Amino acid sequence: MKHRVVITGLGVVSPNGVGINDFTQALQNGTSGIRYFPELRDLKFSCHLGAAPLISEEKKREYLTDLQLRNFNSSGILYAVMAGMDAFKDAKLEVASSEEEPLWNLGIIFGCGISGVDKFREAIYKIDDRNVRRLGSTSVAQTMTSGASAYLSGIIGAGNMVTANSSACASGTEALLMGYHHIANGKATYMLCGSTSDSGPYIWGGFDAMKVTTYKYNDAPHMVAGPMHADASGFVPGSGAGAYLLESLESAQNRGAKIYAEILGGDVNNGGQRRTGSMTAPNSLAVQNCIKNALVDANIAASEIDYINGHLTATIKDPDEIENWSIALNRRGNKFPYINSIKGMIGHCLAASGSIEIVSTILQLHHDFIFPNINCNNLHPEIKALVSSDKIPIELKRIPLKTVAKASFGFGDVNACAIFRKI
Amino acid sequence: MTSEKIFTKLEPIIRTYLPEDVPSNEINIDSDLTRELNINSAHLVDIVLDIEDAFDIEFKNEDMENLRSIKDAISLIQAKISG
Repeated sequence: MKHRVVITGLGVVSPNGVGINDFTQALQNGTSGIRYFPELRDLKFSCHLGAAPLISEEKKREYLTDLQLRNFNSSGILYAVMAGMDAFKDAKLEVASSEEEPLWNLGIIFGCGISGVDKFREAIYKIDDRNVRRLGSTSVAQTMTSGASAYLSGIIGAGNMVTANSSACASGTEALLMGYHHIANGKATYMLCGSTSDSGPYIWGGFDAMKVTTYKYNDAPHMVAGPMHADASGFVPGSGAGAYLLESLESAQNRGAKIYAEILGGDVNNGGQRRTGSMTAPNSLAVQNCIKNALVDANIAASEIDYINGHLTATIKDPDEIENWSIALNRRGNKFPYINSIKGMIGHCLAASGSIEIVSTILQLHHDFIFPNINCNNLHPEIKALVSSDKIPIELKRIPLKTVAKASFGFGDVNACAIFRKI
Repeated sequence: MTSEKIFTKLEPIIRTYLPEDVPSNEINIDSDLTRELNINSAHLVDIVLDIEDAFDIEFKNEDMENLRSIKDAISLIQAKISG
């Protein structure tokens, strides 16, 4: 028999709010975390805008020791540790003491696209300077893909599976589903899952070169045409981390934990880079199948979905995504669920997008609201033809929510969709 | 440079790498770095780099093999400075 799985803790480090309280406020107020980065201008990027969490030195020291922060240069690991520990504490769990056994029933799956690029850059300069011995001991831990989960595991004392997944911009949603299966199959009681992405030019540069970021709003960071806007011209690159503590329903009930939502099920698939799919574009058939399979896995009807947290990046692919949802759910016009995208506020946080967006999804479900689609005052005509505009709110909407869907799509033609329900 | 002077300069370097549950007053001239002070062995390379910077010397791979205690560090430093 499969175990039911719930979310009992949340943590987030977002460009528009660090910590669950500030982030919830920012969502409701439609606060933008998009800023002008003179560094990007100086480096001759096309897009001078970015979205990165603001974290003080004092805040860092609440999570990492002076020794851990010595020669530390991995923003993604910092975000992951902060979001992960917040989720762990939110669930009211206690770390294993240093002389005791590890927590055998607690595992960690924290995804990323690449880890510690700034640290890696430091290392490359030293190596090319024939000074490899000067790398010290911190280079590997900060640049390995599993760095975030390894740091978290060291702080918590996790004794179950501790690993890192990587599926581009679907990493956070995939991590959630991997953790969900692990608990559902009885392999663990708790799974701390999430994803993270470094900040800065060495992460964002490749996307700038591909011209998938916008160069049209360098002088107006708060006016960037957001997802689903008729003028959407590319995303603003972002960074941060989101985390969730997954737990078996039985355990959560036994210890009287606060339950945010149940994970009903989900699906992860791949378009095989066939048909409309490629390294960088989704195969629509695969997207539709992923959503449909998620409904089957969750054992619910498409009509039960109240709200969709879209992937919707503010590129030319947004109308395709809406069409895929519409076909998969067989719902359109005023029968289409409410839908929004946080990328109008915080840009595209890449490997961290799925996890930050899942945290936003759970908060909306828990507090019964739909955050505004900011800078979406002129809906794309192809989207308007499919979905009633009142289903794409541009103001905060307070409405009871019961069952919601979140999907993420990423380079490599990866898709992931998860279904959540309030209990 | 006397052993005492070297120790005075060395002590703050070692202190940086102490685990949180080891008080800095446990550092003395006979302390074994990993066994007694419980310093993560991976940090020995960081300690060596910090010593190199502080004393303007350079360690060889073979020197590292002889580095177990504070006393070892002091004699290695003395040999490098006088050499």
